[in-house]
Amino acid sequence: MNHKLAIDLPGLALKNPVMPASGCFGFGREYSQYYDLSRLGAVIMKAATGTKRLGNPTPRVAETASGMLNAIGLQNPGVDEIIRTEVPFLASYDTNIIANVAGSTIEEYVYVAKQFNNSTDVDALELNISCPNVKEGGIQFGTDAEMAARITDKVKQVSQKPVFVKLSPNVTDIVTMAKAVEAAGADGLSMINTLTGMQIHLPSRKPLLANQTGGLSGPAIKPIAIRMIYEVKQHVSIPIIGMGGIQTAEDVLEFLLAGASAVAVGTANFQNPLVCVEIIDQLPKVLKSYGFKSVNEAIGKGILYDKSNLSCP
Amino acid sequence: MKKVRLMHVSKITPIATDTIELVLNNAEVAQLAIPGQFLHIAVPGHTLRRPISIANVNGDTVTILFKTIGSGTKALASINEGDVLDVLGPNGNGFPIDTIKPSIVLLIGGGIGVPPLYYLAKTLKRKGCQVISVLGFQTKDYVFYEKQFKAIGKTYIVTDDGSYGHKGLVTDVLDDITEPFETYFSCGPLPMLKAVRDYLSVTPGYLSLEERMGCGIGACYACVIPTNDKNGYKKICQQGPVFKSEVVKL
Repeated sequence: MNHKLAIDLPGLALKNPVMPASGCFGFGREYSQYYDLSRLGAVIMKAATGTKRLGNPTPRVAETASGMLNAIGLQNPGVDEIIRTEVPFLASYDTNIIANVAGSTIEEYVYVAKQFNNSTDVDALELNISCPNVKEGGIQFGTDAEMAARITDKVKQVSQKPVFVKLSPNVTDIVTMAKAVEAAGADGLSMINTLTGMQIHLPSRKPLLANQTGGLSGPAIKPIAIRMIYEVKQHVSIPIIGMGGIQTAEDVLEFLLAGASAVAVGTANFQNPLVCVEIIDQLPKVLKSYGFKSVNEAIGKGILYDKSNLSCP
Repeated sequence: MKKVRLMHVSKITPIATDTIELVLNNAEVAQLAIPGQFLHIAVPGHTLRRPISIANVNGDTVTILFKTIGSGTKALASINEGDVLDVLGPNGNGFPIDTIKPSIVLLIGGGIGVPPLYYLAKTLKRKGCQVISVLGFQTKDYVFYEKQFKAIGKTYIVTDDGSYGHKGLVTDVLDDITEPFETYFSCGPLPMLKAVRDYLSVTPGYLSLEERMGCGIGACYACVIPTNDKNGYKKICQQGPVFKSEVVKL
């Protein structure tokens, strides 16, 4: 273990700050055929709902410039089945398990959180109030500060495990959202989820995705994630798991500088199934080459320009 | 452990309108590949890999065919001989070769659904099957592999506009086939697969499906197909792309 990479988050002692992002890694089985999942700091599981969901019609993905749109629609076998069949598989690896909690109603979120809270192998919860691809729940909870706080509070009441609230970037002021969930008891933040987008197929004049719209991910959204994490970091004291277009160890350092304490890698797994371990392998060298002795040392070390000296002619 | 593999481009040939044939070199992939499986190919400058079915295996080489429709396949068509492609695969479950006894079999392909049937035809013939093929294309200019299929067995070519072979749809010539085929295999556009399945409703059949894919290994749930079993869906990349005809809801 490389102690320079280790980082402690509420309830989580991570051997390194890199984890696959929810929804881009299933429940780990497929990627376990490419490498030992014990290499990862944690695995964030695909979102769980109270009962099985079949998701949206296809096509569910479309490529964009430097990214992609997806509208899977929270397809999953339901929380109880996940706890029965998927959590034990991941628990056989020496890594942390973060369960992504979703739903259509507050009651459903609370049920899912309760079930995961009772599963001893789950280490933390990620509260998904930012999925843009379902009709009810998801993003509607994540774009209203009062709603976001309420659901955070309800879930915190049933969970002894740390709760990271995954924020939506589809808001006017992300700082307001971050402050609201922090005040409601969130132990940390995950940011950012995807940005709602749309692509139209010229020959048919129809949206490429059957769901019409989808969530934009990949390198295209990285500057937005960096900006939002930077802004939020100035106003909250809970740790941030940063995500949005990470492809390299240099990207990880950029997220750390912006204020993230750990990172999740999503879309890049589709390009390179080995990307997470390659980033972990590269990270010590990249930290060193930019003058950092550890991950911990780099968190929030991005420096702002002094705007008082800047003026337009 | 599975690997990300590198495949050298040994030959690139335009073989019909908008249709490219690539011969790729990698002994391991060639050895593993079974008919119906696909390669998930990274295209420079593109976020998502492109899933392309295996059309043939010859010694250490694997042949793929694709149509240049969008920016990804156009970029793939502009690579050069000697270049290296970054590939996952062979992925997915192919046709159930081992369960097919020497018998008369019918292959029905439409457009860019034809390529995987070629490797299948070759393999089934080697197993002692009599292979009959029905291949549909838009027009004469889109026809490919006619000679190759004819070398294996009786082959019907059908074009939408009648500019070559029979005019109409692949299902229009099925009545002409008098041989008592026991199994059919089909790959092509969804409306064609539906028509074929309806037409051959009493014959055991296997369909190879395509869909826009994300990861291509079963993790992202992008390419699912509703099914008639209790699970309600299957992942095309991982549990397919070949399915028994009655399992999937088309």
